[in-house]
Amino acid sequence: MYNPFSLNGKTILVTGGSSGIGRATAIECGKLGANVVVTGRNPERLKGVFDELDTSAAQRHQMVVADLATTDGIDCLTAALPNLDGLSSNAGTIVGNKPIRFLNEMDIQSIMQTNTFAHVLLAKLLFKKKLLNKGASCVFTVSIGGTLSHVPGSSIYGMSKAALDSFVKYAAIEFSARGIRCNSVCPGMIDTPLVNSPTLTDEDMAIDAQKYLLKRYGKPEEVARTAAFLLSDASSFITGTSIVVDGGYTVNH
Amino acid sequence: MEIQDFIASIAELFEDTDANDLTADTRFKELAEWSSLIALSIIAMVDEEYDVALKGDDIRKSNTIQDLFNIVKENA
Repeated sequence: MYNPFSLNGKTILVTGGSSGIGRATAIECGKLGANVVVTGRNPERLKGVFDELDTSAAQRHQMVVADLATTDGIDCLTAALPNLDGLSSNAGTIVGNKPIRFLNEMDIQSIMQTNTFAHVLLAKLLFKKKLLNKGASCVFTVSIGGTLSHVPGSSIYGMSKAALDSFVKYAAIEFSARGIRCNSVCPGMIDTPLVNSPTLTDEDMAIDAQKYLLKRYGKPEEVARTAAFLLSDASSFITGTSIVVDGGYTVNH
Repeated sequence: MEIQDFIASIAELFEDTDANDLTADTRFKELAEWSSLIALSIIAMVDEEYDVALKGDDIRKSNTIQDLFNIVKENA
């Protein structure tokens, strides 16, 4: 059957796979026929996602528990990897996000480590160790925050995402020598554990959701399907760019 | 833990409101310059100075500075 969106036969690494957008991407890739290598920090939650992965097309999945915020974690992951046709790089945090006058060095370093440095160092190692096959696709979860939208109290999160978005473009240029494509997905607010910050009330979130043309926050699957498109051969001429998945938030502001 | 110190710390977060106008009975969310940034700043200030993790909901249900101070005291 004709289906350029299929991920049949592709092996795809999904980081940040134990929750939120990463989890949904791992599950979606499995449903589209990919062999999924799913990684995350929390062994129980990761096992839960691994058990949910579709195996109806005899896909072979693998799970690797690793903390990508540490060099050891990245080394440990890359040592366990098969050759890849795709990378979905998701690990992210908003912990330590606060107004500028209250920032401290530890908050800044910890957010930058998880949201920027970990993605950069993983991509570097995958490329250097030739773990990405020719024609592979790398998809990084960025955000409209810091790239297209700037709200008070989230400077370091935004900075970390804008830095990552910029890196993706450089990676697209340097990795193109092997025909490897690199793109980012920029979601607006998505219903995931990450955005359930205790600083926001349900009322705040309901009001905020009205700023979206579609009058709601997104679902993790809606971002996952965009990532799956970029991982598939259907997007074979797309590289060095970004797809906004925000229910019309940025066009409305 | 003194309410006067708490009021002074809150006053620091406002730029256009005279610190002398703030009292325990001030309905802080009705001040002209009240904003989501000031709400986030109160949460960060209370975390830094009192080691108490306020929630957005604590701000929502507090009307006066005294209400807020009571929550901080209960959780300190």
